[in-house]
Amino acid sequence: MKQLRLLITICLLLLPVSSFAEDKGYDYPIPGSYEATILGTPTALMGELPSEIRMKQLVLDVLPEREKPPIFFYDQGLLCNFAYQKKKAPLIFLIAGAGSSGQSSKIVTMMKAFYKAGYHVITLPSPSNANFVISASQSRVPGDLTEDTEDLYRAMESAWDKVKGDIEVSDFNLCGYSLGGTQAAFVAKLDEERKSFNFRKVLMINPSVSLYNSITRIEGLLKNIPGGAKKEGVFFNKMLDKFANHYRYGNFIGINDDFIYSIYEEKLFSKEETGGLIALAYRINLAGMIFSSDVMTGGGYVVPKNRVLKATDSIFNYFLVSSHLSFFDYFNEYFYPYFQQKRPGLTKQALIASESLKSINDYLSASPKIGVMTNENDFILAPDELEYLKQLFGARAKVYPRGGHLGNLEYKDNLAHMVGFFNTAGGTP
Amino acid sequence: MTRCNVIRISLATCFLSLALLSGGCAITTSATLSEVPPMHTIEEFKDQRFAEVYDPWEGFNRSIYRFNYYFDSYVFLPVVQGYEEITPVFVQDRVSGFYNNLSEIRNLSNSLFQLKGKESLTTLGRFVTNSTIGIGGLFDPATRFGLDRHVQDFGKTLGYWGAGSGPYLVLPLFGPSSVRDTSGLAVDTGITYGIYTAAAPFSGTGHSFEISTGVTSLEAVDMRHRQSFRYFESGYPFEYYMVRFFYHQKRELESARNPDAPSE
Repeated sequence: MKQLRLLITICLLLLPVSSFAEDKGYDYPIPGSYEATILGTPTALMGELPSEIRMKQLVLDVLPEREKPPIFFYDQGLLCNFAYQKKKAPLIFLIAGAGSSGQSSKIVTMMKAFYKAGYHVITLPSPSNANFVISASQSRVPGDLTEDTEDLYRAMESAWDKVKGDIEVSDFNLCGYSLGGTQAAFVAKLDEERKSFNFRKVLMINPSVSLYNSITRIEGLLKNIPGGAKKEGVFFNKMLDKFANHYRYGNFIGINDDFIYSIYEEKLFSKEETGGLIALAYRINLAGMIFSSDVMTGGGYVVPKNRVLKATDSIFNYFLVSSHLSFFDYFNEYFYPYFQQKRPGLTKQALIASESLKSINDYLSASPKIGVMTNENDFILAPDELEYLKQLFGARAKVYPRGGHLGNLEYKDNLAHMVGFFNTAGGTP
Repeated sequence: MTRCNVIRISLATCFLSLALLSGGCAITTSATLSEVPPMHTIEEFKDQRFAEVYDPWEGFNRSIYRFNYYFDSYVFLPVVQGYEEITPVFVQDRVSGFYNNLSEIRNLSNSLFQLKGKESLTTLGRFVTNSTIGIGGLFDPATRFGLDRHVQDFGKTLGYWGAGSGPYLVLPLFGPSSVRDTSGLAVDTGITYGIYTAAAPFSGTGHSFEISTGVTSLEAVDMRHRQSFRYFESGYPFEYYMVRFFYHQKRELESARNPDAPSE
């Protein structure tokens, strides 16, 4: 296994190096935006991370009166990881990206990096993860930055309440990636009023500027597949065949790194197909959010109203239906109507505008404690949005030349920068 | 003639019980508030189904999946945690190595069943190297010598010779499987047990039963220790289907025969 990783690493390092010259020694090896997003960072390039850490899982009862339907019998509360130091140390909250749990591999890598640097760490699932929708979302309708921020803040207070007797904390910090990055900025702003934590520093990693724009860009990737998004099943099956044939005709000893790397090396999937796969993965993810929200609200969106699903009922057709719905379907048919009812007179444009960092522009420009780290080729940002982040944050913006969306998050330089940002004094790093 | 009748009767029983089952469902649902059809249903999508696996016993499988979750929470994981706390990582890795090496017997017998000459030799080489230089498998010098591990089992052997996977099956403790792979597991266990009985390594101790029970229990603990999967931890409501799909796909690919491979 070690040899294999080494081999992969060497191969990656020998990739076309033409674009490297201008990068001043940044060696993250995957140039393509989509490829980087899918492949992420090979373990060998993550740097030294502790294999064993002092950690326990928190199960938070954030909303004690919450009743849970039988189909979610396993949901006992909000699942967070808590890594702790034996001495007084700063604490950092980490918010996962869209759909991800507090145990996803990216957030666990970040947790290890912070733990190694001497932090207490608490990871939180994304408000769009089903566990959060079921156990911590007041409205049970995820996707609104204002409400999700309230929910996140309550969850963080609940987590802190649970651990404060066991650890000594010098100060509080906050970091999130992808959607969690955008949310981190909103949580920081809310904290200025509530003052439960008085965050010392806050870092957004690969955030979206406008949620609606970013999702439009991701959904757009499905338009390029044959027949469009409505034929995602045909596309899925075709890609699976390609994948299977590649395995059958090669001499692989198992579905392992070696095999996955060869898919990349031999360019098994075209650019359109790779983009389509990213969008499909996002849709499958979104399906979990739509389904859990619908069950929790009893909204009759994909599950018949008044149907009580049992723990052993088949829900496969709901999976197929939910994964065929776009974010726009969710937004227009479910999300917007809910907020329209709540805030009469609310227009779609106003709702879309509120789901953006630009809506808290003044706060961000006046807050030296907030920083951003992203990539030139992160496809969830339009060119003008990247420019906006650079302008807004100036020296507090770190923009890597490549890495796609989160592909380089676990790369050693990125982890070092991430930890370094928090290790410098408050204000400008 | 009588045989035909028996088949007819059993078919009739099957249909009858199916009818009763579906009738039963209709009765229970009508007892509660009446259902309203949702805004989106499967009928509106003219697309291929995807990520689906033949799973006629899904209700049963989901209940075993749930059983495994509870077993993990209350028995398996606490034991594994205790094991991880009292033993250093170095010891844990040696234990894993020991069982890995024992399972080379299963790998070897199945490479042979699949008439894979080169692979059998590699596996035999691994077993001999690691049993001797590697001190009974505690260390793995064979990999460093370029002898790659080929994981084989009788389920794969059946697949290799063309047997379909059959319905998906979730086994207590073992987790995802299929009818084919479950038969394979039984055969592999039988072979291992046969060899073990013939070799009788602890027969001289007078505590043969206790020792072999200990060895088997530790194997189960080691197996769970190495598997990072936690039931329902993803929070994803369709986790059961994702696990089912990935298990099935991985097994299909890994047991299939390379159509271009030169026969050995």
